[in-house]
Amino acid sequence: MAERTLYDKIWQSHTVGVLPTGQTQLFIGLHLIHEITTAPAFDMLRENGLDVAFPGRTFATVDHIVPTDIRSRPFLDSEAEELTKALEKNVRQFGVEFFGLDSPNQGIVHVIGPQLGLTQPGMTLACGDSHTSTHGAFGTLAFGIGTSQVRDVLATQTLAMDKLKVRQIRVNGSLGTGVYAKDVILSIIRRLGVSGGKGFAYEYSGLVIDRMNMEERMTVCNMSIEGGALVGYVNPDATTFEFLKGRPYVPKREAFERAVNYWKSVASDADAKYDDVVNMEGKDIEPTVTWGINPGQAVGISEKLPKPEDYGDPDGAKKAYEHMGWQPGSPILGTPINVAFIGSCTNSRMTDLRAAAKIAQGRKVKAGIRALVVPGSAEVKKLAEQEGLHDVFKEAGFEWREAGCSMCLAMNPDKLNGREISASSSNRNFIGRQGSPGGRTLLMSPAMVAAAALNGKVVDVREYQ
Amino acid sequence: MGELVKITKVSGTAVAIRGNDIDTDRIIPARYLKEVTFARMGSYPFFDERFDANGQQKPHPLNDAKYKGASILFVNKNFGCGSSREHAPQALYRFGIQAIVGESFAAIFAGNCTIMGVPAVTVSHEQVELMMKTVEQNPQTQFTVDIENKRITFGETQIATDLPETYRSALTSGSWDSTAMLRANLDQVKKTASRLPYMNRFAS
Repeated sequence: MAERTLYDKIWQSHTVGVLPTGQTQLFIGLHLIHEITTAPAFDMLRENGLDVAFPGRTFATVDHIVPTDIRSRPFLDSEAEELTKALEKNVRQFGVEFFGLDSPNQGIVHVIGPQLGLTQPGMTLACGDSHTSTHGAFGTLAFGIGTSQVRDVLATQTLAMDKLKVRQIRVNGSLGTGVYAKDVILSIIRRLGVSGGKGFAYEYSGLVIDRMNMEERMTVCNMSIEGGALVGYVNPDATTFEFLKGRPYVPKREAFERAVNYWKSVASDADAKYDDVVNMEGKDIEPTVTWGINPGQAVGISEKLPKPEDYGDPDGAKKAYEHMGWQPGSPILGTPINVAFIGSCTNSRMTDLRAAAKIAQGRKVKAGIRALVVPGSAEVKKLAEQEGLHDVFKEAGFEWREAGCSMCLAMNPDKLNGREISASSSNRNFIGRQGSPGGRTLLMSPAMVAAAALNGKVVDVREYQ
Repeated sequence: MGELVKITKVSGTAVAIRGNDIDTDRIIPARYLKEVTFARMGSYPFFDERFDANGQQKPHPLNDAKYKGASILFVNKNFGCGSSREHAPQALYRFGIQAIVGESFAAIFAGNCTIMGVPAVTVSHEQVELMMKTVEQNPQTQFTVDIENKRITFGETQIATDLPETYRSALTSGSWDSTAMLRANLDQVKKTASRLPYMNRFAS
């Protein structure tokens, strides 16, 4: 078993005890909630006459179902209105701090936690959303949970958990121009498989990761779950501390110094032991695009679509071809698109919007293409507007929206129609994911989405560099 | 959090849904997550694979009359990957599925099943193929998933299953519904919290 890794250290310091079942009772330092997976959890508390054990350690926002265009209440979608009301009632009744639609802090839960400095190194963090691994970018042990587990965190601030193994993934060297954090994580998933991370926490390291800014690290950690790993993290370093300094929930002055000392202490030791180590070279990573129905079905932009027999699961690959409607051996380059979506907890932060705007600057979205930019939070929207990014996008023909999850999972009115093909900076290309059972999703970096929007087809963003 | 319900075995007929990497968006499309409770989830499992845009049934094992009443579900590899939505196992459970047997399960899905008291046990590819073929040839076959002794029996056949020991213990002891077990240690929880420097905002 791994020893002296960040995972081991945080696990140990947050262990309350061993339960009669043999599971570990793990203290959860920060609990983030949103409207979708929590209502039944609060109902269970009420049914059992329980309170929230540590109300100051849970923070709530609305992101999944919020409209990103017209946000006046009541929402046109009565179900969305009802679910939002349920959250508003629950946070009031149980005394949980809430960043609602009118709050300048509203946004995608995995964008606002780091933005506010709620997410910090050396913490455990749980949220009823599988992309909670995003927060691992800070050296936080963060993972997604189901609704009954949300109930447990509310009622006890703990979870019954089993310890994971730790796999170190070293991305060595450097990335080429036009290659982004999204390409790194898509390449990792492609190589290790969508279930390859089962039973593991992923520790991302190596020069490529070290050189990334926090937003890029979040993109990498975000999709850990797409590789089957419940947890993904990066050891905290000077980049982490610099990002956190001065944020609203981060301690100030001497307390900040004490915090940095603690944060440094949780990083994996130089002689830490891992259950597995994987090495990859940054120079081998191309702009990467998914062609199928899971995030592991991806190719480099210069590659041809693989034969089903090239996969461990040829039947799965055949099903993917059947849904997507293309043929093995064809290039991914030039694949037509109908919709371009820049957003989601994977790629909706300033780094992402700047990269996409750089491509869109002074150019036009191809006629007939529906193109959306959905900032990850109200704060990201404000900062982007201060930089004039909204004008760049709007002049190019993109719609500039309010913050939310939007077309990543299409729980709000932003959806694909029929067999539309979407170039998307989100995290899942599952069948039906973007709101149409016949819809098709190609995952790629925000810059690649912008380039696809301009051309109406998949192109190599490196042509713009 | 009432009486402890010990889950030691599930017996009944079965149904097979073939394919690796079946994600929770396929098990339950996101639009049904807008409902405030889990009460109606039993109407929705695999909705878009079972019904066309006009609500007409499509061929699917869960629509097939010969599998009606099945309480055990056979699946392949990495079942339940993707979103953490507990709505997925809730939909299957409320449809009538009380145990799932597969080659492997995604981590969050397996945890969600366990905390709901639905055993998600694993067997080899060959073994699940054998059981899938058995149920497809004879849908009336009675299976027993024995959690206590980690085996499945049908007819004269007996198959060993795998289930993490902690999950087996939680199910068979009745502490799968974990809140009471966790809440019993609140004093210790507070002690652990008091040792974590961020809990007092690094004040000292």
